[in-house]
Amino acid sequence: MKTLIEIKDVCKEFSMPGGGKSNVLEAINLSINSGDFLAILGPSGSGKSTLLRIISGLVEASKGSVSYLGDRVIGVNPGVAMVFQSFALFPWLTVLENVVLGLEGKKMAKDAKEDKARQVIDMVGLDGYEGAYPKELSGGMRQRVGIARALVSDPDVLLMDEPFSALDVLTAENLRRDLLKLWLDGKIPTKAIILVTHGIEEAVYMADRAVILSANPARVLEDIYIDIPRWREKKSPEFIALVDRIYALMTKRDTNVEESTSIKAKKIFELPQVTAGALTGFLELLADVNVKTDLYKLAERFMMDIEDFFPIVHAAEILKFAFVAEGDIELTDAGIKFAQASLLERKIIFGEQLLKYVPFVWRILTILESKSNHRIDADFFKSIIARVLGDQEANRQMDVLVAWGRYSELFEYDKDEECLFLPKESVNNEAKE
Amino acid sequence: MQPKFSEQILVKRKVGFQDFIVITIVLAVLYLIVDLGEGMVVPFSPEHKIAISLSPWELPYYAARSLLRMFIAYFLALLFSLVYGYVAAKNRVAEQILVPILDILQSIPVLCFLSATIVVFIAAFPGRLLGVECAAIFAIFTGQAWNITFSFYNSMKTIPKDLSEAASVLRLNWWQRFLKLELPFSMIGLVWNSMMSFGGAWFFLAASEAISVLNENILLPGVGSYLSTAIDSGNMPAIVYSIITMVIMIVGVDQFLWRPLVVWSQRFKIEMSEASNQPTSWVYDLLISSKLIDWLTNFVFEPFLKFLNNFVNKFANVTENSISSLKRSQHSARVDKYLKYFVLTIFAIVFVKALYMDVMFAISLGLNQLLSVALLGFYTFLRVLAAVLLGALWTIPVGVWIGTNPKAAKFMQPIVQVAASFPANMLFPFVTLLFIRFGANFDIGCIALMMMGTQWYILFNVIAGAMAIPNDLHEAGAVFKLRGWNRWKKLILPSIFPFLITGAITASGGAWNASIVSELVNWHDKTLQATGIGAYIADVTNKGEWNGIVWGTTVMCVFVVITNRMLWRKLYSLAESKYRLD
Repeated sequence: MKTLIEIKDVCKEFSMPGGGKSNVLEAINLSINSGDFLAILGPSGSGKSTLLRIISGLVEASKGSVSYLGDRVIGVNPGVAMVFQSFALFPWLTVLENVVLGLEGKKMAKDAKEDKARQVIDMVGLDGYEGAYPKELSGGMRQRVGIARALVSDPDVLLMDEPFSALDVLTAENLRRDLLKLWLDGKIPTKAIILVTHGIEEAVYMADRAVILSANPARVLEDIYIDIPRWREKKSPEFIALVDRIYALMTKRDTNVEESTSIKAKKIFELPQVTAGALTGFLELLADVNVKTDLYKLAERFMMDIEDFFPIVHAAEILKFAFVAEGDIELTDAGIKFAQASLLERKIIFGEQLLKYVPFVWRILTILESKSNHRIDADFFKSIIARVLGDQEANRQMDVLVAWGRYSELFEYDKDEECLFLPKESVNNEAKE
Repeated sequence: MQPKFSEQILVKRKVGFQDFIVITIVLAVLYLIVDLGEGMVVPFSPEHKIAISLSPWELPYYAARSLLRMFIAYFLALLFSLVYGYVAAKNRVAEQILVPILDILQSIPVLCFLSATIVVFIAAFPGRLLGVECAAIFAIFTGQAWNITFSFYNSMKTIPKDLSEAASVLRLNWWQRFLKLELPFSMIGLVWNSMMSFGGAWFFLAASEAISVLNENILLPGVGSYLSTAIDSGNMPAIVYSIITMVIMIVGVDQFLWRPLVVWSQRFKIEMSEASNQPTSWVYDLLISSKLIDWLTNFVFEPFLKFLNNFVNKFANVTENSISSLKRSQHSARVDKYLKYFVLTIFAIVFVKALYMDVMFAISLGLNQLLSVALLGFYTFLRVLAAVLLGALWTIPVGVWIGTNPKAAKFMQPIVQVAASFPANMLFPFVTLLFIRFGANFDIGCIALMMMGTQWYILFNVIAGAMAIPNDLHEAGAVFKLRGWNRWKKLILPSIFPFLITGAITASGGAWNASIVSELVNWHDKTLQATGIGAYIADVTNKGEWNGIVWGTTVMCVFVVITNRMLWRKLYSLAESKYRLD
């Protein structure tokens, strides 16, 4: 088995305004061999797309190296082609022109290029659409153009960045099958495929190997070989068992690794982007189920994508409304109480949990109370968060804090003046005390 | 006047060190120009002065000359924009220098530099009309270039990440990337801003064809000087002819060039969905169905372009290789750094000296005059504000009425557009005549002259704003019985606010420019002069008093930049954050 791409000790840091650095990838080691269909899985924001971009040479690693056939890659990796989540087609070029673009760098006669492009267009099932513009095509057909454009240059390794996630369920399923067929039948000279995805089922269905990344920063948690025979049946027990196992791996908090202080500092702040409404709905449904539940089945029942599902689970965990272990989720006492409470009681319970388990909210409240007019610029808090997480994330965190604070009525926010303040009631109560 | 402010320019920036530096640079450049001009003692030689015939039969020729001037200037502006925008977007060091310069250039009134540049160009081509011709073209160029450049730069910076990544993974060289991605992506903005800038440039055409510098009246064959000759001789029919010619030119260029181009550029839309109301152009339809055009495309244009493309492509491949090998050597970061220091040092040396001379020059006026000129700047500032406010006062109700009546909008929008393009300075004589006849106070009256050119920009934007109010908001307003003043306060004014501000910014820029031609006007042998910086600049330009020109221009630039930063940008960011409807 020939090693095509070797990734050695790759780290990626992004520098943040204020001089801080945010670690996205840490010490990633992988080798991609001829014949691999590798899926990279990870929670959202885990840096899996960044890893793919480092492999392609679009992004430079901060440390470590990527080599292709033994040569270190500088600039764009010569052995790869890429399929994008958003298709990345040039809207002003026809299907044929878009695909020919994949050969633009090669020394070939123009006619030969067009012939080759036509062949690949036929192969992906777009015969007859050569002259159409991308905007005339459906999403599935657009991604077929994207795949054709990548395959036309006969790359050794095909990189796919969540290629099916912008498509509807049926179209995606159809395209997955067609791609898999091309791969399994050996119709394409591609020697390996790397698929970045957040769909665990998708990975287990398509790939022979799944690399699971942790988040913040991303490390390789597990490198699993998938040896379920083709074509795989999604309802088969072994399929479900593997999906379940990966779910458990992905929800498990990363306990094996000694957490550095900077990571701990990060965790003080980072709240998932979840509205109080979504969390409430989730807890209500969970209360209906009543017992300890399999996370994977729950997600399927709610028909939710893990990109949307995990943050809610995470939020429920942070506020100690629920408890997750080994891929199962269970409501805590507070969670049960919350699910059964009335609208107003819920706000109070939510506020209590928030104060108890999100230290930064407690800090905001103390500072607000210490001020005589009970008002403080939101930028003050934002800059505290930004020191650890960077400006962009600080804005997001502030939005979540404001939304949660408003819901629980712990504090309010004045958008015009961009400041946080205590609601009148609580100020009065305090005065009475 | 000044064409539509590209919206993205108004990034949130506070008045800062950067502004100071850039103003300094501009002043220094001004001095360099003056320095070059002063060494030139040969004024424009009188024997080459041409006489403008007032016969209407000469008008087509003059119109052609004017058009030629416009198109040469536009071509240069486009070329400049592509190069300047490309470099600014691609090289980070260059970006830090080029973008702030552009930002100031596009907000200062171009006309105050006109006289200085004319002198330089005359010096470059002594005794020939070509110098004056170049100066006029340069004035028109400066009226067009900044907007197009900003548009192109912004497009380059907003290329979707996935497309740019795709281009990299597909290993396109810089030329292919430019041709397949960057240029097509920028096309809509380029065409639109070209159209707006071209429309705005008629004003500069009219202002620059006939100008008096250093006690010399210089006339270039063209519609602008035809008009100015007609005014000097008080020939009313000739004035009317020239105005009609102007309207025909504006409408013609719009219909035969810009409309078809706008329609054509729609193919470069990035959105994957088809919009419901597409722009249309009968000329475009005609061209598309024409066999001749088909033949020309297939056998003339395409082979030529293919040849050109192959040639540049080969060149690009070579340079691409050398660039990547340079990158491989890993010294590029250091080279970049040294380059930056080198450029900055040169800048520093040249400009510190120039600025010093600049200041000495201005100081020679004496403190009293320095202060009184600054006071003149304040008067004009008040006049500009008044022109914008008065303009807003009538355009808001009218614009909202037009914008909320689809029929009226369809009919009125093209008319307003032509009105906005029409160089208001061509209409000044009529108003001047009225002022003279009724003995009006010109200090106030010239506000009306300023408004004539600028109010259209407000109207234009208010119409667009009123049209953009979503129907459900109208319905909600009706359901909740919002009526009368309440309806204006709760629904209409907040909805059109961002548009109103955009219009007001453009109008204010235009009014500053207009002040130079509107505070000092002539009719026949009578002259009306208002107390203001515009009249002062026009006056010292006439007399060729260089220290006055330097100081007057400085005062005006400072006023304009400060108003932009302190007033318009604040309002704009308020509009953006609070009243944006989406």
